[in-house]
Amino acid sequence: MIPVGFEYVRATSVDEAISLLVEHGEEATLLAGGHSLLPVMKLRLAAPEVLIDIGRLSELSYIRVEGDEIAIGAGTKHRALEASELLAKECPLLPAAAHTVGDPQVRHRGTIGGSLAHGDPASDLPAAVLALGGTIVLRSPRGQRTVPITGFYTGVFSTVRDPDEVIVEVRVPRTGGAGWAYEKFVRRANDWAIVAVAVVDGRIGLANMGPTPLRASAAEAALADGASIEEAAALADQATDPVSDVPATAEYRRHLARVLTKRALTTAAGAAG
Amino acid sequence: MSILGTRVQRVEDPLFLTRGAVYTDDLVDERLAGALHLTLVRSPVAHARITSIDVSAAREAPGVVAVVTGAEIGLEPVVLQGGAPKETARPFLATDKVRFVGEPVVAVLTEELYQGQDAADLVEIDYDPLPAVVDPEEALKGEVLLFEDLGTNVVGGFGLDKEFDEHLFDDCEVVVTQKLVNQRVAAAPLETRAAAAVWGDDGRVTLWASTQNAQSARDAVAGWLGVERDVVHLITPDVGGGFGAKIGADPEFALVAQLARITGRAVRWSETRSENMTGMLQGRAQIQTITIGGNRNGDVLAYRLDVLADAGAYPRLGMFLPYFTRQMAPGVYDIPKVESRARTVVTTTTSIGAYRGAGRPEATAAIERAMDLFAAEIGMDPAEVRKRNVIAPDKFPFTTKGGATYDSGEYAKAIDKALEAADYAGLRAEQARRRERGDTVALGIGVSAYVEITGGGAFAENASIEVHPDGTVTVLTGTSPHGQGHATAWAMLASEHLGVPVEKITVKHGDTDLIPRGAGTMGSRSLQTGGVAVYQAAGELVELAKQRAAEVLEASVEDLEVAEGAVNVRGTTTSITLAALAEKEPLKVQTKFDSGAPTFPFGAHVAVVEVDLETGRAVVDRIVTVDDAGPVLNPLLADGQRHGGIAQGIAQALLEEVRYDDEGNPITATFADYAFPSAAELPSFTLVDMATPTPLNPLGVKGIGEAGTIGATPAVQSAVIDALSHLGIRHIDMPLAPLRVWEAIQAAKGDA
Repeated sequence: MIPVGFEYVRATSVDEAISLLVEHGEEATLLAGGHSLLPVMKLRLAAPEVLIDIGRLSELSYIRVEGDEIAIGAGTKHRALEASELLAKECPLLPAAAHTVGDPQVRHRGTIGGSLAHGDPASDLPAAVLALGGTIVLRSPRGQRTVPITGFYTGVFSTVRDPDEVIVEVRVPRTGGAGWAYEKFVRRANDWAIVAVAVVDGRIGLANMGPTPLRASAAEAALADGASIEEAAALADQATDPVSDVPATAEYRRHLARVLTKRALTTAAGAAG
Repeated sequence: MSILGTRVQRVEDPLFLTRGAVYTDDLVDERLAGALHLTLVRSPVAHARITSIDVSAAREAPGVVAVVTGAEIGLEPVVLQGGAPKETARPFLATDKVRFVGEPVVAVLTEELYQGQDAADLVEIDYDPLPAVVDPEEALKGEVLLFEDLGTNVVGGFGLDKEFDEHLFDDCEVVVTQKLVNQRVAAAPLETRAAAAVWGDDGRVTLWASTQNAQSARDAVAGWLGVERDVVHLITPDVGGGFGAKIGADPEFALVAQLARITGRAVRWSETRSENMTGMLQGRAQIQTITIGGNRNGDVLAYRLDVLADAGAYPRLGMFLPYFTRQMAPGVYDIPKVESRARTVVTTTTSIGAYRGAGRPEATAAIERAMDLFAAEIGMDPAEVRKRNVIAPDKFPFTTKGGATYDSGEYAKAIDKALEAADYAGLRAEQARRRERGDTVALGIGVSAYVEITGGGAFAENASIEVHPDGTVTVLTGTSPHGQGHATAWAMLASEHLGVPVEKITVKHGDTDLIPRGAGTMGSRSLQTGGVAVYQAAGELVELAKQRAAEVLEASVEDLEVAEGAVNVRGTTTSITLAALAEKEPLKVQTKFDSGAPTFPFGAHVAVVEVDLETGRAVVDRIVTVDDAGPVLNPLLADGQRHGGIAQGIAQALLEEVRYDDEGNPITATFADYAFPSAAELPSFTLVDMATPTPLNPLGVKGIGEAGTIGATPAVQSAVIDALSHLGIRHIDMPLAPLRVWEAIQAAKGDA
């Protein structure tokens, strides 16, 4: 439970973090809340040579309305999402999903950017942002680019983020009165999702149903074509590829995806207005 | 007014909540200044021959002072459990063969803790893999042997001298049989195992260790080191939970002491959580086959329990626990014919030891499942079947067909109290309504009745008590609290006799030089042995004080009484304080209390669960418990013991299971994968009072530490199965986690 030795640098700005990434190349890893990275380092499953700490950059911590979207600084902590009155009004799915992450200690450390960058398919926020159709803003020496979350993940724990890029912002639409729901299935309150389903405005995001967060596209299409909730939910596990592990078999996960989608769609239908 | 029975707040807590406890790893002691840190290289494979060990690179790593292999440790392999075959001796560091993932192979000593893992990673060990054997039923076949010289994996047994009676169930109208798995669980105390050792110029070793009984840990370590027991001075700092897994000493303790001897330096060791989840003793791990028979009127006539116990790789206390399981096989029931046997096998897994209840929960789980299955078969209410078959209150002391002599009990009354507090009839009506409506969330009600043994095996305990000239009092006890609150409870017992407030009474334990004799804290024994000894010592001290005061006050002993820390002549203002008496000569007594037999607390639990029929998820909505351990010394402490026990009982029923893959790799060795619960997974508990005294000690008290676990586990398991009974489901093995419950529902639908 002691990590391999590493250098630690605390960046004082995003620009400095980027130059440090350029300087140290692939040996460097960004540290924000640390609640995903530090455990794997302590288990020696990861051994970065340099940790660049961006956890205290206040320029990355904000939630504000920009036109039809809400811009969220990548360093915004789960707890801030959970407690945001703005999000509660404009995008209530996100605080609901954030509320289910780990426990209060984790939520006071973990950040939305860190969660999205880590790319654990069982995490809550990637599935929620996927359902929201959000975008991710990355900055590098080459400037800034915006990647839709639908194109962000390439596999388990892997994304299109370049080694010298920093996620600076997450943008989600103002969903206002659109129906939404977050259904997370766990053994214990602070566990990762066995399966979770995020629904908003007819879009469906799935956590832990494959190597990346997934959209339940077949179910969405059926809904759009006027299918009933039951009919659409029955398609929720199509084109998914869930794993079998200690708490669940792949077959059970498929079943849960269908049940939770039915429940989430029913709740969302009731909440719309 | 007596202080006994009152809710005195824990005197331990102000320090624990402010400064924090001082666990072994927190110790600041000048003797440990500059201590070396031990990092153990542990086997990553379950079963293999060691073909080579190369420590040359590790020896060159920064901060390394020594790297020690099994060939160099200078300790002979030892049989860790009395009665285990000599071939099962465990080396302190493996040399030829490893037998479970986590077995220590090489010891690395570094100046700084952080250097240890880096150096350990440089140790190169070649393993020639052998097949693992994880399933006890496979181990029984003996196709893969852990100890070739033994020629079998069977290391112990009870009741094997005669065959089962083939006519046992001849008189029964109904016979039901079922295989049960009482799954392996991890104790997972918040403080993992730790030890520190230093040898003095006097040739003695001071060993600090996290254990539940300093004196027997001292004896074990001395034996392993090959020294007289008074060479070892063992001290237990604060201990952060044990649950049975810290009974006695682990081989690592002797390893720490031996490495300190080899290097001539102090050595410290505090294992990581990952090490703890494979290295610390685990619990339960029995496969049981139960057969119950009786008549359709509800009378149970015969019961058979066949136990196959998993000892893990090297036999420890777990090898012995089926003895208790057999002894308690009939539970609270008066069953005319009972027979049982137990076999224990070794497997390539972590060793099994005691875990909250230790052998008795396994018995209760079996008989309570049997009663449910019997009730379901004859179509009678499970609570009714239980009440019909319990031992009548006028039959105590009662010697069961399991061979135990129960001291006192009123089992039907306990069941009735629990049913009444839970509104059993109302719950059954609600269950019927939900079924009628076809609700997605089913209601299940589980009833368990239990009796257990406390103070089993160690009936005697020592205590001494001394009043000091400043008026303070010191109590020395051979028990070993690690969360139970003895500092408060023992002070209350002394205060009752002396009239000295608890704030002025200090309770000391766990230092073998100060307290050479004691049996520690396990098996819910402390109050009925150590507590009673303190109470007796205080009483004896009162008599001693009266005799001394009689001379000083020129009064007769009969006219004296002790109150508020002073000896008074009745009806006068003449008195002398105990402190003043202590000024003249030490005012101190030492005593021993021996009950000569264990006591048998009992109770009944009613669990109410909701099961989501679509997902299989079960949630405990309520649990109502009657836990009768005789008169309660301090309800605050007793309730705390019940709460913790109930939580662990619910956890085994619904969540916890240590699992291995077919190669013997642990797959639940982190807290992310091993599902022990938090408060969020538990309901509030409804505790119902009942107190039936034992005649075996002057306070009438029995043990309470394990009751909650023993009663709650079967009640919750039963409740989940009850919620599904309308689907034709009669049994699901623990833990009743969502996947398993869903699969049972699917199978039932397939059958329908």
